[in-house]
Amino acid sequence: MDGKLIHIAINGEQYEFLVSTRKINGAIPPEETLATTLRERLNLTGTKIACGEGACGACTVLLNNRAVSSCITLTVECDGKDVVTIEGLQDPVTGELDPIQQAFIDYYAFQCGFCTPGIIMAAKGLFIKNPHPDRKEVEDALSGNMCRCISQYHALDAIMAVSEKLTNEGGIKA
Amino acid sequence: MSSREKVEYRNIGKNLVRADAKDIVTGHATFFDDFKLKDVLYGYRLGSPYPHARITFIDTSEAEAMRGVRAVITYKNVPAPVDQWGLGLPPAIPILEQVVNYVGEAVAIIAADTKEIAMEAADLIKIEYEQLEPVYYSQDSAKPEAPQLYPVFPGNKIPDLEISGEKMMTSLHRGDVNKAFEECDIIETGTYTYDKFGSPAAIEPPGITSFIHDGRIQLYGTIQAPHTEQMFFQIKSRMPTDVKSFNVGGSFGNKSCMETTASYCSALSAATHRPVKMFLTKAEQLLVHDMRIGIYSESKVGLKDGLLHAAEGTVYLDCGAINGVGQIQLGVGLGEMQVAFGKCKNWEVHGDVVMTNHVQTASVRGFGGQEIKCAFMPLVMKAVKKADIDPLEFCINNFAQTGDGWIWRDSHWYDCKEQDYSHVMRTSGEKFGWKDKWKGWYVPTREYGNKAVGVGVSVHGNADVGEDQAEAYVRLEGNGDVYLHNSITESGMGQASNLRKYVADVLDIDAAKVIVKGGDTTIAPYDFGPAGSCSTLTTGEAVTRAAEDARRQLLENAARNVFHCTPEELTTTDGLVYMLSAPENRVPWFGCLDAFGLTITGHGTWKSDYSKSNFCIYFSEVEVDKDTGICKLLKVLVGTDVGQIIDPATLEMQAQGGFGAAAADTGMLEESVLDEYTGHVLTSNLIDYKWRPFNEFPPFEFNVEEDHPEVSRFKAVGFGEISGAPGPASMMMAISNAIGKEFCAYPAHPRAVLAALGKA
Repeated sequence: MDGKLIHIAINGEQYEFLVSTRKINGAIPPEETLATTLRERLNLTGTKIACGEGACGACTVLLNNRAVSSCITLTVECDGKDVVTIEGLQDPVTGELDPIQQAFIDYYAFQCGFCTPGIIMAAKGLFIKNPHPDRKEVEDALSGNMCRCISQYHALDAIMAVSEKLTNEGGIKA
Repeated sequence: MSSREKVEYRNIGKNLVRADAKDIVTGHATFFDDFKLKDVLYGYRLGSPYPHARITFIDTSEAEAMRGVRAVITYKNVPAPVDQWGLGLPPAIPILEQVVNYVGEAVAIIAADTKEIAMEAADLIKIEYEQLEPVYYSQDSAKPEAPQLYPVFPGNKIPDLEISGEKMMTSLHRGDVNKAFEECDIIETGTYTYDKFGSPAAIEPPGITSFIHDGRIQLYGTIQAPHTEQMFFQIKSRMPTDVKSFNVGGSFGNKSCMETTASYCSALSAATHRPVKMFLTKAEQLLVHDMRIGIYSESKVGLKDGLLHAAEGTVYLDCGAINGVGQIQLGVGLGEMQVAFGKCKNWEVHGDVVMTNHVQTASVRGFGGQEIKCAFMPLVMKAVKKADIDPLEFCINNFAQTGDGWIWRDSHWYDCKEQDYSHVMRTSGEKFGWKDKWKGWYVPTREYGNKAVGVGVSVHGNADVGEDQAEAYVRLEGNGDVYLHNSITESGMGQASNLRKYVADVLDIDAAKVIVKGGDTTIAPYDFGPAGSCSTLTTGEAVTRAAEDARRQLLENAARNVFHCTPEELTTTDGLVYMLSAPENRVPWFGCLDAFGLTITGHGTWKSDYSKSNFCIYFSEVEVDKDTGICKLLKVLVGTDVGQIIDPATLEMQAQGGFGAAAADTGMLEESVLDEYTGHVLTSNLIDYKWRPFNEFPPFEFNVEEDHPEVSRFKAVGFGEISGAPGPASMMMAISNAIGKEFCAYPAHPRAVLAALGKA
């Protein structure tokens, strides 16, 4: 692993990182987490670190379309994979929000908003896997995302509205 | 609903997309750890492994020699001026001491180029301790023979307090209790505790960066209320302090002081002459950050004709090893008892703020009231049960109304004004189905198999809705922009956005046109901040008055410079001024100003007024498995009357928010678990410190009414802080009714329920 270059697509952009155990300026140590790489090296600070041990979901991103906790995912594990963060959901050309993002605005589905990016990414991962979840499936899929302000009721309403809309429109774009 | 007429406003009362909504959902909102400061160092605290111990040897030389380490501070070398600062209130506890008083109390603080280096350096510090006997519970700590924590606080009791001209009420003396008890039909006594030190545990951990520069302290942090932080920090440091906040990832009153973390960063900054940042880990947040206080109550209550008539007893507020607001919490809590039992005129309750070797505590939503209520309400309800009175009727008949009153935290009497919550209590009971579900005291609502279901109710009110001072400036620009300067932050309540509505409705513009410049003491005037549910009324009215002042000046300018009439003949809509008699001729604001480029600034204030409380009624329906002792919340209904709804969606979420942050869920779920053998708190992560996840929420109903009391122009009072406060006591009642006997153990563990059933 020492001195190896890894390649990760993050929000559609290709990145190349040198992994090294030596203190080479800019090199990623093997123990660096994806959350740290995103936040500290790429300034993608929408991914939040709260518990640092995979229990709260605030750091959720998509790794090859699966929702994962980036605070317990090593960056080196992402070699050759696609990562999507909250910053990557919005259409980069039109600025149009992802339907889940828009629903969170329309349904007032957050309070402090610190956990919101993680919840949206977990919901995105669910929709990719299951485009028509029922409320119980959404509840279970988000059970690893904690919200201390208690926006869960509104967040579920928002996600169910997206589910119903997608059911009518035939699915979600990965 | 009230007979008072409801006014339709352009903005108030309607949902408004938050100003920061798009930033929140796209990840662009700036929270503390997203903010980068040049030349910052990273701080770390090495905590004591013992709850009570004297440091007999400490050697930091290896740590100091480590590359990347910039400062190592122990009790031996606290730099000036921080060596003169104090923690607690009065600020008498040095920030680092030879004797440590809780597990995790800092024995050394380190600043380094990275947090990892600081943590590695901490491992190199050699320390030897002499262990001392600890004391964990206030009822033990208050005894004369108890181990003593601090020489400056003999008897482990914090002295009474006078601050900012207020003498804090730590004991409550009203009427003639002895005579009143002689008049009572029913008398009950009992000892109750609410002392599991829940953690508000905001999803974003607390963090501070401090920089001492040119004789001033600059604090950046996860700060709920910048001016409150400034006030408390200036008391402790006696240095001018500037405070800047960001989007705050939840606070629940718990990011108001952060006195140890802020002091440690400041000490390290004083030593290094660089900004020093500490962003706590979740484990640090759950183990050593400010916890909820504990309450021990040994009391006697008496009923007469269905009303609480007399109450006496002793209340110990367990403030742990450090607390900077305990006397205020005691005063607020004793005040709130008089709100819930507004008909009782005879009180003799002695209170003490008692220190223990059990972490540190500080401000948390509920702020004394939730905790004392949880310990006091079950005793009152025990008497109500003896009198065989329906508890809902008891709550309706006893809650303070206009004509009643209370002694508030500042030791002054306040006549209760503009208040009658009986209507919303009754409609909430109807919506919950109380009449059908209530089968009598200690009688289950229904039983099936090994399960029994019970219902419970409790109430809460807090006159802190008019708490402390608020001030605002509203600036009108010629181009129609409107700036609101107030130090409000956004920590989840939506207040920074909702305050725009007050300004907008005064100026008759869309709320989205108002730009809020807050969260920074250097650009905004004093505001106590969104605490105690106060900002809806206090900041709201200050903002309203500032907008009214700006509007008045605008119309005076327009009358003088353009229309040559009296200001009363003019009005403004959507950035245009016109005569009421000729609305077709409209002049933009810039045409009304004295000269190009000049602006108009209005000023508004609010001064504290504790003469009205807010209100919450909480109904719980709980299923108890009588074989396992497991309790399940089947349904919750929360009712309130907020005077005037400012933002329906925000309000509903504040009501739902009552589950979290060590509020209602301390009834059946949340606690910090203390290992009494080692003094360690064991609940250091989100598996051990149980929260309610997405798939464990019960059906929730919200019943909100609007009585439009004459307390301000827009007649709104805040609600959020208390939305969960009556929850735990209502759950104790529900469990009691389900199992057929009195039950009160926070939280309701299966083992406690089984013990009550004689099965454990």
